[in-house]
Amino acid sequence: MRFLSGFARFWWDFIVGDDWRIAAGVVVVLAGGALLVVGTAAPDGLVATLTALGILLVAIGSIAAAAMKAGRP
Amino acid sequence: MGVVAATTLASGVEFVEALTIVLAMGTTRGWRSTWAGVGAALVALALITALAGYALQSWLPEALLQLVVGTLLLIFGLQWLRKAILRAAGLKALHDEEDAFASEVRAAREAGDERRLGLDWFAFVVSFKGVFLEGLEIVFIVITFGLNADSIALATLGAAIGGAIVLAAGFALHKPLARVPENTIKFAVGLLLSTFGTFWAVEGLGWFAPDDASLSWPGGDLALPVLLGLWCALAVATVRLLSPRAHEVG
Repeated sequence: MRFLSGFARFWWDFIVGDDWRIAAGVVVVLAGGALLVVGTAAPDGLVATLTALGILLVAIGSIAAAAMKAGRP
Repeated sequence: MGVVAATTLASGVEFVEALTIVLAMGTTRGWRSTWAGVGAALVALALITALAGYALQSWLPEALLQLVVGTLLLIFGLQWLRKAILRAAGLKALHDEEDAFASEVRAAREAGDERRLGLDWFAFVVSFKGVFLEGLEIVFIVITFGLNADSIALATLGAAIGGAIVLAAGFALHKPLARVPENTIKFAVGLLLSTFGTFWAVEGLGWFAPDDASLSWPGGDLALPVLLGLWCALAVATVRLLSPRAHEVG
């Protein structure tokens, strides 16, 4: 049991790292992209552009949160 | 041959970090248990990479493979890029191998003397974790650069050359390689991982479409340099905005 929890912890630390918002944000944006693919007839180019913009926003949000934590808004 | 040079450089940084940990353990706690940890990590890495690679390639349709690999690269790349931007803006201490070495040596001296399976358990576990973690990062680098150049073999060769150079230099000097411009190289690798991660993760969304085919970017592969340009622009803009000079009152 201890081995399993240590194993899970290792992969969590490796993939999610010290800012869970990046992983969560990427998953949410890609889920939004998947909804566009499944539920609409949006062309590929539009889905790709909107998803890429969402990912850029995730990056900006994560950097801004880290900067505010460091005391520099 | 560009892929060999790029992979040599990028994976070399990870080898430098692993070397620092191994040197700290070996010189402080003894080499036998340290080498045992390094060997166990290399075996575990080889097994995981082979199994995961085989399973992913054999069982997953192309679009789902792009989605899985792209998402992992993207999360991983954004973590690197975020740290690199914060370091460049002066909001996070620069990675320093001499500091890292000193801190590992301190921890090794303060640790207890637990023995398991005839090994110094602290030296074994720290060496294992260090080599395994940095090794996984090298696997990510090889996948990214290798798939982009359509040659995993050349990317693997680049990583092997990077490892050989770092190991030879490290063991000849017998001290951490502090002069390697790690922060700059990590910035560049973070940009590349984020670019390819975005490209593949979005292509992989096609797995949700009825025909199961990868999504197409406007302009096809030309979207890659555009994405790289966007990530570079974001990085430069945030570093400028967050650096201390931007906050000086004129």
